[in-house]
Formats: sequence, structure tokens, C-alpha cells
Amino acid sequence: MPNVGIVIVSHSAKIAEGAADMVRQMVGDAVPLAYTGGNASGGLGTDVAAIMAAIDRAWSSAGVAVLVDLGGAETNSEMAIELLGHGRRAGVVVCNAPVVEGAVMAATESSGGSPLDVVKRTAEELSAQ
Amino acid sequence: MKEQAMPNSALVASALLTNAVGLHARPSVKLTQLAKSFASHVELALHRDGPWVDAKSPVKIMRVKAPKGAMLYFRARGSDARAAIASLVALVDSRFDEDEHETGERAHG
Repeated sequence: MPNVGIVIVSHSAKIAEGAADMVRQMVGDAVPLAYTGGNASGGLGTDVAAIMAAIDRAWSSAGVAVLVDLGGAETNSEMAIELLGHGRRAGVVVCNAPVVEGAVMAATESSGGSPLDVVKRTAEELSAQ
Repeated sequence: MKEQAMPNSALVASALLTNAVGLHARPSVKLTQLAKSFASHVELALHRDGPWVDAKSPVKIMRVKAPKGAMLYFRARGSDARAAIASLVALVDSRFDEDEHETGERAHG
């Protein structure tokens, strides 16, 4: 069974890239990982097509956990998941967790071979003090 | 806590945390990844009598916030408990294979 994929979606391309760097350096290469940040014209924002492409890059038959920052990142990620279509939609979840810490925690959980629901729960455990 | 509920077969060992940054983000990730590689139930505590936390949970391990000089206790129960304990103690003893000079100077974690 492959590891759960992780997708990082931020309004800022730099934050998305930096968070992905942290995951790679702290967790390693055993987890499929992709990131996207910024809108289609390169400004702050998120882009549905770019999120779909990131989900494709991080695709895993074990599922994909998406970490988002603010409002639009979440709604656009949900739209991107919706547009994936019936077959793949069920394998992608948005985690209710801070984007940087959540990505590291989710990836750590994934690197141990945990299933998608456990990966999501671990990321969300950050908020449940 | 549930020490009493643990069968007598649970193994306990300890190791002194000597890396400069303590059990911060990066060492926590390494520790949980290693713990996850064993089938046994593995726990960590700062005291022999607990409280024990799941060593496979990166969030819980990071919340322990064990500083340099802390004694880490590992408790494992299961088919590969002995190997799990030995590996975790070795990881702590090796200072998590971190470059001490580099990581000690940086304010990360």
C-alpha cells in the first residue's frame, strides 16, 4: 500500500513552497507531496486548476490529504476536489489544520503508512488542544 | 493513566536526551517515524511512572517538549517490543543523527 499523498495550498506561492521544503527536510521523500500557491496571474490567491494539478502530482491510491491556509484556499480546494469526478473525489480530503504544522504532521503520519483518516486526524489533532 | 492495565510483559528503558535542541520538531518526527516502524504499542514518558504518551503520534510527542538533559522513558508491548525499545534508545543516544554543531546553533524547532 503506498503512502497517503500531501497537497499544500496557500495564498502565497512562497509559503506553499516553504512548507513543502519543511516537509521534505523533516519527513523525507517517502510521501507523495505537491504544493501550489498564488492565483493564475501570479498574485496572492489560489487557483482551482492549479490545485487540481497539485492533487494529480501527489496522487496516491491511499488517498490525498490537502492542507490549506485561509478561506479561499479551502473553498477552491473543495471545488477542485469536486471537479476530480466520481472515481477520485472520495480519496481526497481537506484537513482542518494550520497549513505548515498540519502538512508536517500529516506527512509524518503518512510516512509511517497510516491510512487517510488517520493522517487527517493527526493533522487536525493540532487544533484540538 | 493505565499502568496497571499494562501486562507485565511491557518493556521499559530510558535514555538521556543530550542533543542541544531537545525533543523539538525534527527529532520528534524522527522518533515517531521510528516508533511507527514497529508493530508494538510504544509509549514515551519523562518519568518512569508516566504520564505515558503514544510514541507513534507526532503531535503528542512534540507536545512533550522534552528539553536537553531530560530522561526519556520508553515502554513497549508487543511482538517486537525489545527491538523497538533498543532502536529508540539508540536513536536518542545517537542524538537523532543530527549535525549537532549546525542544529545547535540554529533557533529552529
